[in-house]
Amino acid sequence: MGIEGIGARVTRKEDKRFLTGKGRYTDDMVVPGMKYAYFIRSPHAHARILSIDTAAAQAMPGVIGILDGKQLLADGIGNLICGWMIHSKDGSPMKMGAWRPLAADTVRYVGDAVAIVVADTLGEARDAAEAVVVDYQPLDAVVEAVDALKDGAPQLHPEAANNLIFDWQIGDASSTDKAIAEAAHVTTIEIHNNRLAPNPMEPRATLGIYDGAEDHFTCYTTSQNPHVARLVMSAFYNVAPENKLRVIAPDVGGGFGSKIFIYPEEVVCLWASKKTGVPVKWTSDRTEAFLTDAHGRDHVSQVKMAFDADNRITALKVDTVANLGAYMSLFSSSVPTYLYATLLSGQYAIPAIHANVRTVYTNTAPVDAYRGAGRPEATFLLERTVETAARELGVSPAELRRINFIREFPHQTPVIMNYDAGDYEASLNAAMAAADWNGFAARKAEAAGRGKKRGIGMSCYIEACGIAPSAAVGSLGAGVGLWESAEVRVNAVGTVEVLTGSHSHGQGHETTFAQLVAERLGVPIDNVNIVHGDTDKVQMGMGTYGSRSGAVGMSAIVKALDKVEAKAKKIAAHLMEADESDIVLENGELKVAGTDKALPWFQVALAAYTAHNLPSGMEPGLKEGAFYDPSNFTFPAGCYIAEVEIDPDTGTTDIVQFVAADDFGNIINPMIVEGQVHGGIAQGIGQALLEGVHYDENGQLLTASFMDYAMPRADDLPSFKLSHQNTPCPGNPLGIKGCGEAGAIGSPPALINAITDAIGTNALTMPATPQKVWKALQSAH
Amino acid sequence: MAKVTLTVNGRTVSGECEERTLLVHFIREKLGLTGTHVGCDTSQCGACVVHMDGHSVKSCSILAVQASGSTVTTIEGLAGQGELHPVQAAFKEHHGLQCGFCTPGMVMTAVDMINRHGGNLDEATVRAELEGNICRCTGYHNIVKAVLAADAEMSAGRQAAE
Repeated sequence: MGIEGIGARVTRKEDKRFLTGKGRYTDDMVVPGMKYAYFIRSPHAHARILSIDTAAAQAMPGVIGILDGKQLLADGIGNLICGWMIHSKDGSPMKMGAWRPLAADTVRYVGDAVAIVVADTLGEARDAAEAVVVDYQPLDAVVEAVDALKDGAPQLHPEAANNLIFDWQIGDASSTDKAIAEAAHVTTIEIHNNRLAPNPMEPRATLGIYDGAEDHFTCYTTSQNPHVARLVMSAFYNVAPENKLRVIAPDVGGGFGSKIFIYPEEVVCLWASKKTGVPVKWTSDRTEAFLTDAHGRDHVSQVKMAFDADNRITALKVDTVANLGAYMSLFSSSVPTYLYATLLSGQYAIPAIHANVRTVYTNTAPVDAYRGAGRPEATFLLERTVETAARELGVSPAELRRINFIREFPHQTPVIMNYDAGDYEASLNAAMAAADWNGFAARKAEAAGRGKKRGIGMSCYIEACGIAPSAAVGSLGAGVGLWESAEVRVNAVGTVEVLTGSHSHGQGHETTFAQLVAERLGVPIDNVNIVHGDTDKVQMGMGTYGSRSGAVGMSAIVKALDKVEAKAKKIAAHLMEADESDIVLENGELKVAGTDKALPWFQVALAAYTAHNLPSGMEPGLKEGAFYDPSNFTFPAGCYIAEVEIDPDTGTTDIVQFVAADDFGNIINPMIVEGQVHGGIAQGIGQALLEGVHYDENGQLLTASFMDYAMPRADDLPSFKLSHQNTPCPGNPLGIKGCGEAGAIGSPPALINAITDAIGTNALTMPATPQKVWKALQSAH
Repeated sequence: MAKVTLTVNGRTVSGECEERTLLVHFIREKLGLTGTHVGCDTSQCGACVVHMDGHSVKSCSILAVQASGSTVTTIEGLAGQGELHPVQAAFKEHHGLQCGFCTPGMVMTAVDMINRHGGNLDEATVRAELEGNICRCTGYHNIVKAVLAADAEMSAGRQAAE
C-alpha cells in the first residue's frame, strides 16, 4: 500500500467543503423563478375524502397554484409501486394496494399527502394550506399488524383481504417440525423488533424544474440512488421518459435506507412544476419526516429453537408478522423476506430452518429498509434466542455459540445463503479478550457493592452485503438488477475522473474510491475526482445501500481500471519499443521490466490524446467503462459485547463498555470503516435503549419530533472499542465484504442480553427505557 | 415586512423580511449562507448553531428582527478564506464528520464550548455539552475526540502565546 493507496488511513477529500459550510444539499439549491411547496396532509389515520375546497386559499397572497389528487390522476401520473414481487406460499402474488402520490379518495395514514400548495414563499404556502378545507369522513383505523389480521379489523385496501399482503415461507417445515419434536431441549420465545424512524439529519427535499421549451424535467432530490429514481419515475410513474428527466442527488445528509425510495413529493413537485410553470421546491420539516419517511423494523415473531443432548442446534422455527404500514414502499417486500429470513442461520450450523412471514397493511407510515434492513431483525431474534437457550441450558453463552459455529467454508445454509468465508471464533475470542470477559465476575461484585446491577451480553452477527447478483435476485422477485457501473476517464495530463453509479451520503467515496485509483495508477488522490449523483453525468447506476458501494461499486471501478491499464500498457510498449507483456505499472510509471526504461503516467496519457504515435489501429483517448455484477452476496460477521450497569432505583442503564470485533474482509481506509461502525453501533444502541415510533390506537403519531422520539445524544453513548479480524472475501476482486450496517445489526441483542443478565429476568422489549427496566426489575423480585 | 441590519462574518448586511422570519432563514435565504442548516422544528438538533455577539445560539430559535444590530458569525466566517479553524482541522483529522449536515452546528458549538472551558475539557463534559447537537452518522465517538484534540491544541497555543 502506498501512503494514499488501499489500506491507508487518509483523511477525507470531501471534508473541507462540509467543514466550511460549502456542502451543497438539495435545500441549498436556488434557481431563477423558484417557488415553494407545502403539502396538505391527512390528520386522520383512515378517512374518505369527501371534498376539497380551495376557493379561499386560491385568493390568498402569493399563491400560484393548489393541486390535488384528482388532477394528478387526470394527468395520468401513475401509482407508487413496490419493485420486488413476493409470492405467497399458495403461489398467489403479493396484494399491492394502490398508492396515489396525492390521495384522491381515501387517506390511510396520518401524513398521507392530499394536495400541494405552491406560493412565492414557504410562509405564504403554509398560510394558504391552512385555508384549504378538506372534508374527511373518518374511518376506523388499525395500527398493530397482529390486530390488523384479526377478523373485523378495519380494511385498508380492497386488494388485500384481512390486510394480508403475502403469507410467505422459506426452508423446510417438515424436517424442522420433526427435529423440534425429537429435541432434547426446545427454547421458545416471542421477539418484538421495535419500529424506528431513520432520521438522517438532512430532512428529505426536492426541487422540481420543468423546462417547457425543451419539454424536459430536472429533479434535485435527497436520494441514495438517483438513477433508480429516474428509472422508476419514467417507467412506472409516467412523469417523463428517461431522456427527458434528469435526476440530481447532490450532497445528501445521510440516508440510512430512508432515501432509497421514491416518495410522493418528488413525483408531485415535478408534475406541479409543469402545471404551475415555475420551479417548485419542497423541504420536509422534521415532523413531516417522522410522519412520512419510511420507518424501519416493526416485527413480532414466535420462535422455537431445538437442541440435541450435546447442545447442538438441530432446528429453528420462526413465525413472523411484519408491519408494512399503509402502502407498499419501493423495496418493502424484500426486507422481511429475502433480507431477513435468509440470515436466520446466523453464524451457526443449523440443519433445519423454517420461517413463515406474513406482511400486513396498517394505518401507519410505510415501512421499508432502514440500516441493516431485515438483518438486524434476524440477528436480534437469533441472538436473543441463543442467549435465552444458554441460560435455560445452564451453559455459558460463549460456549453455546462456540460449539454451534460454522467452521468450514463454503457453507450452504438451509435458507438460500452460501457463506463464502469467515472465522467466527476469531471475532468471538477477540471481543472477549478486549472486554476482559473473564474479569466480569469481579467487576459485577464491585458494582454490587455500590448498589448497581452489572450485566454483560454478547451478540454474534452475520449479514449479507454487497447486494447483489442480478440473476439471483431476479429469480427471487427483484424488479431491478443489482450490478454497478463505473467509468474511468484519464485526462490528457494524467489526472483522473471516475464516474460511479454508487452515491455517497456520508460514506466518503470521494476519498476511498480515489484511494483505489491511487493504488492502481500511482496518481495522487488529489488528482482524482469522483463524480456521482447526476443522471446527466453518470449513465446508469444502482446507488448506495446494503453496504454495496465497496464490494460492488468499487469492483466496477476495478474492471474499468483493468481496461485502462491494459490500453496504457499497449501505448507504453509501443512508445518504448518493448513487448506489451514486459510492461509494469509501478509508482506512477510504466516501466519495461528488468530495464531502466520508463515513461511517467502523464506522458502515456498525453500520448493517448495527441495520438501522434499510437499502435496501429488503436483509437485515441484513454477512457473505459465497466459494469460489475457480483457472483454472490458478501458475509461480514463479528462479535459485539456490551457491559452495562443498572441503577435499580431508577432503571437507568449506563453502558460501561462496548466492544466490537468485526470481519469486513479487506479494508480500503480503516478510519472510514471505524466511523461507519461507530455510527452503526449508535443507531443500534438507539434501537435497544432509546428509540421507538409510537402511534396511539387511532393512528395518531405520538413520537413526531425530537422532543418525543429519543435520538441518541452524545451523553447517551460511551466511546467504543473496535477491532478487526478480517478474512478476505473471495467473491470480488478487492476482497471487500462491506461495513455500513454491521454496527446497527450486531449491537441491539448485545445490549438486551447484557441488561437482562444484569436484572435477572429475560422478559424485556426494546427500547429498554428506564421505566421498562425498572418494571422488569420489580417483577423479577 | 421588517428591515434587518446586522454584521455577519465581518460585513454589515441589510435585508427585508417578514416579521416572522427566523434568523436561520434570513441567513440561508437572504444572505445565501447555506452552511447553516435546519434539521428540526423544535430547537433540538443544533444544525443551525451560529455565534451571536460571541455566544453560540440556535438560529432557529431567534427571529431575524431580534438579531438586528448584533454581530453574527456563521460557519462560513469561522476561518479565513481557504483556511481551517483549529476545530475544523481537528474534525477533519479525527474523522468527526460523515454526511456533513450536522457538522457546521457541531463545529460552532465546539468552538463556543472550548472558548468557555478553555483547556479544561474532558470526555464527560464534552458529551454533556453536545447534548443539544444531534449527529446520526458518527455515534459522536470521533466528534468527542476531535473536540478534545482541538481543545488541547488551542490551549497549548494560548499557553505558548502567554
